[in-house]
Amino acid sequence: MEVIFSMAIGVLAGAGIYLLLRPRSFQVIMGLSLLSYAVNLFIFGMGRLATGAVPVLNGGVEGATYTDPVPQALVLTAIVIGFAVTALFLVVLLAARGLAGTDHVDSHEPEQE
Amino acid sequence: MSTHLPILPVLLPLLAGALLLLMRESGHGARALLAVLATLAQLGVALLLVAGTPGSPDTPTSAGIRVYALGGWPAPFGIVLVVDRLAGFMLSLTAILGLAAMIYALARWERAGSHFLPLFQFLLMGLNGAFLTGDLFNLFVFFEILLAASYGLALHGSGRMRVRAGLHYIVINLVASLVFLIAAALIYGLTGTLNMAEVAQRMPQLDADLRGLFDLAVFLLGLVFLVKAAAWPLNFWLPATYAAAAAPVGGVFALLTKVGIYGLLRISTLFGQDAAPAPFQGEWLFHFGLITLAVASLGVLSVQKLDRLAGFMILLSSGLLLAAFGFSGTRLTGPGLYYLASSVLGGGALFMLVELAERNRVPGNDFLAVSAEAFGLPDGEESPLAEETAGVAIPAAMAFLGLAFITCAVVLAGLPPFSGFVAKFALLRAALMTPGPQAWLFFAALLLSGLAGLIALSRLGIRVFWDRERPVPRLQLLEAGPVAALLLLCMLLAFGAGPALVWFETAATALHDSGTYIRAVLPTDAGVPP
Repeated sequence: MEVIFSMAIGVLAGAGIYLLLRPRSFQVIMGLSLLSYAVNLFIFGMGRLATGAVPVLNGGVEGATYTDPVPQALVLTAIVIGFAVTALFLVVLLAARGLAGTDHVDSHEPEQE
Repeated sequence: MSTHLPILPVLLPLLAGALLLLMRESGHGARALLAVLATLAQLGVALLLVAGTPGSPDTPTSAGIRVYALGGWPAPFGIVLVVDRLAGFMLSLTAILGLAAMIYALARWERAGSHFLPLFQFLLMGLNGAFLTGDLFNLFVFFEILLAASYGLALHGSGRMRVRAGLHYIVINLVASLVFLIAAALIYGLTGTLNMAEVAQRMPQLDADLRGLFDLAVFLLGLVFLVKAAAWPLNFWLPATYAAAAAPVGGVFALLTKVGIYGLLRISTLFGQDAAPAPFQGEWLFHFGLITLAVASLGVLSVQKLDRLAGFMILLSSGLLLAAFGFSGTRLTGPGLYYLASSVLGGGALFMLVELAERNRVPGNDFLAVSAEAFGLPDGEESPLAEETAGVAIPAAMAFLGLAFITCAVVLAGLPPFSGFVAKFALLRAALMTPGPQAWLFFAALLLSGLAGLIALSRLGIRVFWDRERPVPRLQLLEAGPVAALLLLCMLLAFGAGPALVWFETAATALHDSGTYIRAVLPTDAGVPP
């Protein structure tokens, strides 16, 4: 499971970084989204992977079979913040597109060679 | 009441900002009053925290460190706010600069767009929280709050230049935030805690193979702070963003880079003791500071416009601070903090001054004209372009501007008799006490960068202030007052240099004494072997 999980993170992060370096602002925002998925999964993985384990200790659960709830809370916070900031970025992106008339990240098309 | 003092710098701007959001945009007077009162209250609280209130039974005040457990949960489990001298000092600096920039903005900039005042309060909240918190993930959250507010403020007034610069600024900071998350998660995964004091406590007990990962995590964290502090080569976003931002926003952004410096100081003192993580061993921070200084010096010499110059001056001070804090040994920390205060006050004043001086130039007015149109500001009394501006205009505007500019230049370039000189002198003196090639490098870099700053400031100053064809700008008391107050504070800092330096020295000693910090946050060493 760990191998598949880490490969998923790697693919997401790789695709995200590639898109982040592209010249169009839409590609940049897709790249940021993919990258933040990768990071969220990574935070989740930092609580160690476990299947069928409960996050909250109750009376009948032995200590060894629970999964760490703290990274889950962190992921939740990170998702909410990431979502809000992405929405804000989307607005700025649209404003830049509207003001400049192009979706290039530098607000002007590069000279054709 | 005094028990809950440390939470007030977070709560006050939050409440004020929320109230300001609910109030009508048209009620300028009431909104302005609320915002000014809230910021004044923050200043009061910050000063009270600096002064300390020994004798109150509920606060564990050991060695001037005050710990506030949110919700009453003790340290390793709950989130704590920690006020030591450095945090108190940064809080006061935030409140002073925030108050000045906000009063300045009330004169006209506040009306160049919507929601300036609430965003400003949220920015202050993020800054205060970042200085106070003792929890790594909480630090991330406060960083996000201050960044989200700063995105809004950077775009304040709209216009093509601002949106373009803002786009780059947001992307850079979003990526930096993701790196921050990776670092925080790694540190949690390795040490099982996010409390900075507890991380510092558990760090030496890590196995050798895990230790490498931990070093990597701290390196990533340092990288994020270096982006915020605008260290070379992570600083190409700064001059464009700061130059495009509205003047009062640029003024308060002068402090934003110092958040990165603060973060670096905090983690390097906490995680950098005896068995330091790899990122804080060696001299690389010092050399990157020197390169930043060199780039910024070339930058100030190359720019043609005052607003870009102000951005590069911020870069210059960042580079100098990085070099000072990266200097081997801890002797430069105290004078470094003094320089931080001086450069933040001077830099903030410069941003506002530049806008006042450049106001009548056509390019500078483009943005204002566009935004005035977009937001339907009425022509006549309130229009920024009108001859008749509302408020009290002060006489001898050009004389005031010239005088203020000279003072600003003297403070930033580090000439006598103001605080910049005292700061640089103290830095040089401390550096030369530890002889070696590093001291001489620092010596040369500091003097050369000061020279570059002086040349650039006087060259552009001559062009702006001795230009006969330039119409005399009208100044309002609301705009001139904050600039004058900031410069006056620089002078006070110079006149009280003796006590101030002693105070900063004590703050630096307390900062480097991480054992006391850890003991104050985690009073009982329960569960941790000695």
